[in-house]
Amino acid sequence: MPGAKERELKRRIASVQSTKKITRAMELIAATRVVKAVQRANAARPYARHITAVIENLAAGGASSDHPLLRDVENVSRTAVIALTSDRGLAGAYNAGVIRAAEKEVMAAQSAGGDYSLVLVGKKASDYFRFRGYHIDAEYKGMSDKPTYEDAREVAEAVVAQFESAGVDRVELVYTEFITMGTQRVTVRRYLPLSATKTMAEAGGGDAAQLASFEFEPSADSVLESLLPRYCESRLFSAMLEAAASEHASRQRAMKAATDAAEDLIHNLTREMNQARQDGITTEIMEIVGGAEALSDDDDVDFAQLLEQTQEASSR
Amino acid sequence: MLQVEVVSPEAIRYSGEATMVVARTVEGGDIAFQTGHVPFLGVLQIHQAKVIRPDGEDRFALHRGFIEVTGERVTILSDMAEAADEIDVARAEAAKQRAVDALAADESDPVAAQALERANIRLAVASA
Repeated sequence: MPGAKERELKRRIASVQSTKKITRAMELIAATRVVKAVQRANAARPYARHITAVIENLAAGGASSDHPLLRDVENVSRTAVIALTSDRGLAGAYNAGVIRAAEKEVMAAQSAGGDYSLVLVGKKASDYFRFRGYHIDAEYKGMSDKPTYEDAREVAEAVVAQFESAGVDRVELVYTEFITMGTQRVTVRRYLPLSATKTMAEAGGGDAAQLASFEFEPSADSVLESLLPRYCESRLFSAMLEAAASEHASRQRAMKAATDAAEDLIHNLTREMNQARQDGITTEIMEIVGGAEALSDDDDVDFAQLLEQTQEASSR
Repeated sequence: MLQVEVVSPEAIRYSGEATMVVARTVEGGDIAFQTGHVPFLGVLQIHQAKVIRPDGEDRFALHRGFIEVTGERVTILSDMAEAADEIDVARAEAAKQRAVDALAADESDPVAAQALERANIRLAVASA
């Protein structure tokens, strides 16, 4: 009959073991999702690169630079902050980092005497900012772990509309940049206004030497006009894909740590349980020996029987 | 030969050589490109693009696209770039029906009008 302590420990080990099974499964799922997310991010690169190259050619072709999305004002009265977080937790410090950086941007906007506007992707950011009484302008759920271009377009359109007509002068994008499997970094990027087409072209690093005389249809300006919104969408899409890859990488790491911790815990608890069992056996032997001694005369101990009882006790 | 790439935000849909590319720009009117075309940059209509190879042709349904031609390279960028065999005809039919219903209720619904156009071009590409 195992003692109370032993039984208690046994139950705890079983519970930790089932937790470990869950965290291990989540770790493996996250691992495969990271690979997929990274592949998607890579597959999206050619489009982003081409669109930058087209802008470069437009700049060379003499497209004007007074598009509304290029409007840069000195005194920012309202700053919009886009925060890309996840819908689900158990991803370590992934969401906390983005939320902290976003809150800092909001505070910076307020201390500069301006207003803010929050555009939140992911349930975690919504929960955080709503709980703290921030005013949320737009929130999106259900797109963070596998964003599609349609999702990016929905968000980008809302943000561009705010920028063009709702008095927002500046948009900051806060997300987690995926650098390698082991390194992700919370990044704050200026999303709008777009830097002048010339600067974009330089940042794109294409072959600017090829300043061919392009033919535009309908015209350089109208091509630019329909291209810039696509450029915004593409940038947001890239950021969302990187954020998704980072989310899965963070979750994988967090779950690996949890699995390791569970293993350690099981190891220690097993030690403790074995010790408790051993203590119980020792106590029982002492009781049997004591009892036998009390019942018999000093010189009349039945060692054979005592041995039998002891073995019986220890095998239980 | 032209080096053709059809690129959507999610992936490169087509990459290869072609003798001619035909697309329709917003000004209305198909425009064909062969080698030696002047550098060209145009906004495309919701329409199909044909990539003609010596041994056949590929059609793509395009939505909000651009075409860039420089020397021997043709790049088509589009939000939606679907090859004929990737199109889900049943889904396009359903989308078309929805759009027609929406337009019946409100003739000036711009979203439905666009959806109808998209569905039509998908069906046209898939059946060609």
